[in-house]
Amino acid sequence: MAAMQRYSIFSLLRGALSGHRGWQPAWRAPEPKSSYDVVIVGGGGHGLATAYYLARNHGIANVAVLERGWIGGGNTGRNTTIVRSNYLLPENQRFYEHSLKLWEGLSRDLNYNVMFSPRGVINVFHTDAQRDYWIRRHNGMRYAGIDAELLTRSDLARLVPALDLSPAIRHPIVGGVIQPRGGVARHDAVAWGYARAADALGVDIIQDCEVTGIDIQAGRVTGLQTSRGPIGAGRVGLAVAGHSSRLVEMAGIRLPIETHLLTATVSEPVKPFMDKVVSVAAAHVYVSQTDKGEVLIGGTLDGYNSWSQRGSPARLEDILSAACEYFPRVSRLRQLRHWAGVMDMSMDGSPIIARLPVEGLAMTGGWCYGGFKATPASGWCLAWTLANDAPHALNAPFSLERFRTGAVLDENGAGPVAWGH
Amino acid sequence: MLLIPCPFCGDRDETEFAYGGDAGTERPADPGAATDEAWTDYLCFHDNPKGPHREFWFHRDGCRRWLTVERDTHTHELGAVRLSRP
Repeated sequence: MAAMQRYSIFSLLRGALSGHRGWQPAWRAPEPKSSYDVVIVGGGGHGLATAYYLARNHGIANVAVLERGWIGGGNTGRNTTIVRSNYLLPENQRFYEHSLKLWEGLSRDLNYNVMFSPRGVINVFHTDAQRDYWIRRHNGMRYAGIDAELLTRSDLARLVPALDLSPAIRHPIVGGVIQPRGGVARHDAVAWGYARAADALGVDIIQDCEVTGIDIQAGRVTGLQTSRGPIGAGRVGLAVAGHSSRLVEMAGIRLPIETHLLTATVSEPVKPFMDKVVSVAAAHVYVSQTDKGEVLIGGTLDGYNSWSQRGSPARLEDILSAACEYFPRVSRLRQLRHWAGVMDMSMDGSPIIARLPVEGLAMTGGWCYGGFKATPASGWCLAWTLANDAPHALNAPFSLERFRTGAVLDENGAGPVAWGH
Repeated sequence: MLLIPCPFCGDRDETEFAYGGDAGTERPADPGAATDEAWTDYLCFHDNPKGPHREFWFHRDGCRRWLTVERDTHTHELGAVRLSRP
């Protein structure tokens, strides 16, 4: 295997002076071997991160990542790229803060610019009750050592001039909170960076390879049936986001997960006018401006089970009208495209990063809206779980058993309603 | 956009309805006697098919009746719609 071509200012200059003809592919395209120590299903950010940390942290490099489509072509490329750790429950705080710390060093770690931009994530609120809730949540964060600040209306006017703070709108903004270390990252680059770094450590990345069956003998996983033939596996990690329930069904397991659609939309690119991520409580809409200048708007669920990947026009109208209400200057922007990702909505709104009731089989899934920011820690924890056949303290609370024992992690207090989180 | 054929109100827009989830779940008849296992299955472990699905919809802004609707979760094709409690 050729050594990974390292990227640096010097390699860029060399490339520029030699007509950019010397670049190698970022990862190989190997034929699948007959078996591996560990096979990861799902070549999105979570699966690739799992493979990378298996090789780097645990010395397990005889690993394959199977991807049905192509790297970066799934939910990794459909999110709104937000990274934050502003949670109330201690289990979530610890996990997401671990993730945020991994984000902070990720470009150096991977020798790949994931364009992590800690520009600050703001939540604005409209009522006294919402104000109390957000202050409580951010006090909880500070108590856990996570950065959090309360913002007045004049702070908001200074930080986000595009925000309509007038008292004349339907639900006027009375204040906000910010996590300054939160921000955004380039989502494709995260998948590509992990793929390249995992490949350099010896991981086989196999694209265009759909899993059609899970081989189990005497309660233990032994391999996978795929569109490119059977592949033996000592252990198997599943990281397939919205398709988690379908995949584990192949192993005869049911999950407390329902699949729902979440719509996002992006405008034509314009000059920079907003350098924060702003989430509006009244409408559950969150807005940021990408490095390309597009206004990226995320919304809420369609509200009924769906795998169609076509969001409801009714929901799109909600999202766009809320964006126009709070950011009036976006009202004349044309929308370039909108899309709906399939979300694996769990029954308490928190993920499952755990061993499954088949020996050697583990998963990361149930990410609801929040999978992107979790990418590094999700891979880090699933790698630990696969390597040690036991969860790390960080992901032990995210078990499958919690739904039976009652130790659920219901951040919103919404109860067991998948579309309520 | 779904147009749900309500037996009383005719084809109505999905925005008039509230979704009620998997209609295959059965609330334990005697809650006191139900095992934890049975309660958890009822509350948390629902069908999540990519295909035909039987589900509850409440016609909130119409006749205010609960309907049981057959819908394909992949194509959004609607099948039979009937009253959940005749």
